[in-house]
Amino acid sequence: MSFSRTIAIAGVLAATAAAAAEIPQEQRRSGFTFMTPETQTMQNDDTANPGMLWVLDGETLWNKQEGNAGKACADCHGDAATSMKGVATRYPAFDKTLGRPVDLEQRINLCRTNHQQATPLAFESRDLLAITAFIAEQSRGSPIEAGSDPQLEPFIAKGRALYTQRQGQLNLACNNCHEEVWDKRLAGSAITQGHATGYPLYRLEWQTLGSLQRRLRACMTGIRAQAYDFGSPELIDLELYLMSRARGLPVESPAVRP
Amino acid sequence: MASALINVPPKAKRGDVIEIKTLMSHIMETGYRHTASGEAVPRDIITSFICRFNGNEIFRADLFPAIAANPFFSFFTSVTESGKFEFEWVGDKGFSETASASISVE
Amino acid sequence: MDQSTRREFFALAGGATALAVTLRPAEATPAMLASAIRNVVGSEPVKTGKVKLDIPPLVENGNTVPMTVSVDSPMAPEDHVKSIHVFNEKNPQPNIGNFHLSPKAGRAQVSTRIRLADSQKVVAIAKLSDGTFWSASVDVVVTLAACTDEVI
Repeated sequence: MSFSRTIAIAGVLAATAAAAAEIPQEQRRSGFTFMTPETQTMQNDDTANPGMLWVLDGETLWNKQEGNAGKACADCHGDAATSMKGVATRYPAFDKTLGRPVDLEQRINLCRTNHQQATPLAFESRDLLAITAFIAEQSRGSPIEAGSDPQLEPFIAKGRALYTQRQGQLNLACNNCHEEVWDKRLAGSAITQGHATGYPLYRLEWQTLGSLQRRLRACMTGIRAQAYDFGSPELIDLELYLMSRARGLPVESPAVRP
Repeated sequence: MASALINVPPKAKRGDVIEIKTLMSHIMETGYRHTASGEAVPRDIITSFICRFNGNEIFRADLFPAIAANPFFSFFTSVTESGKFEFEWVGDKGFSETASASISVE
Repeated sequence: MDQSTRREFFALAGGATALAVTLRPAEATPAMLASAIRNVVGSEPVKTGKVKLDIPPLVENGNTVPMTVSVDSPMAPEDHVKSIHVFNEKNPQPNIGNFHLSPKAGRAQVSTRIRLADSQKVVAIAKLSDGTFWSASVDVVVTLAACTDEVI
């Protein structure tokens, strides 16, 4: 990237971000690069990646007729490999009716309510994780583009504000670890830059697949703060900020992380 | 609901040694965990995994709580004829799942 | 080992096992490990060699540790590995898994993912068709994840 372009981008970042320095574009790395070769292999091998079990379940659910409308996702969206390719790279996305961003899980539930006349699936339920994983996997390898819609700017700014706000008994902000000391370790674990490139992902600690919202809540519990509720605007704004911060990095869903 | 992911090469040559990989969805609850209120979470694991080829056992594993959730196994077998692999997982609480995969051997 | 120390060893091992059954400690002991190994090998000597145990020396998360055990063997009808038994030292139970191979396996190698509760020794013992036992062991360092959810 040319020098003047870097300065221009830095200027834009400085204008939109509050004080603290975001990681420069060229230094950004996915959490994948911090893992041991064994865990990386677990992610890359579709026959060994436990997340693929949910992707397979999601494919079954994609074709299952649901709700009073008796429609399956496939009835409107056809073959997911075509219709859903690139979708996960653009989420969280702006929803006109609600006037705010929604993440992929919320979009799925909006479709269920509005188009399938079915009850929404609970956050972190196996079915919701499975459909989300199936849809996200269709974008695997594609670069993240979230946040480019100008309507999302105020929400990205809110997300950034939350990201840099100290909280909890440990009085830490996300960026204290994930921007300032991402190359160091906390107890035995690599801190990483915290890019949300592979959600929903199989976390070895959970021994199951989980969403980004679950991970953010765990982070907050970790700093001894009261975690925001599932589906709360704070979590969605944070999700949006994180995805826009990861712009350019490829989607890895379903990833594996320690 | 898909419970198992099986990886068997569809084709092989007579005398080849092939790798078989299997992944089964299961929580493998150890029986050593406790809830926040102190109650023990009862054990719920797969205890046995068997692979048969054309009816003959070629691999068997006895599993203990120390096998991680969503058990993954990779093992090898030599192939001399075409046929069908059958996989069986048996465990606590009457858990029983099967899967199969065919191979064509020239 | 001479008669008297062997008797002491078995007395200790027996005593520790009985204690484990009644009180169910959260942690196994090296004596439970020895006892579990004895259940497999009986009084046969266990030789070091032929077995290769591949576990990362520092694991990323004790809940899911990739492990590969392989045994140097021609896997021929007259000379093959019958079974591989994997044990640990400090989990609540000493057994991890037993793997029974067919003489037609082609390669004596098994991979799986295991749980390790703490930094400890993992031992793999192979039983060959000639009745001999061979082993390998690895010392593994296990750390807790830095940010964990509340449990249930």
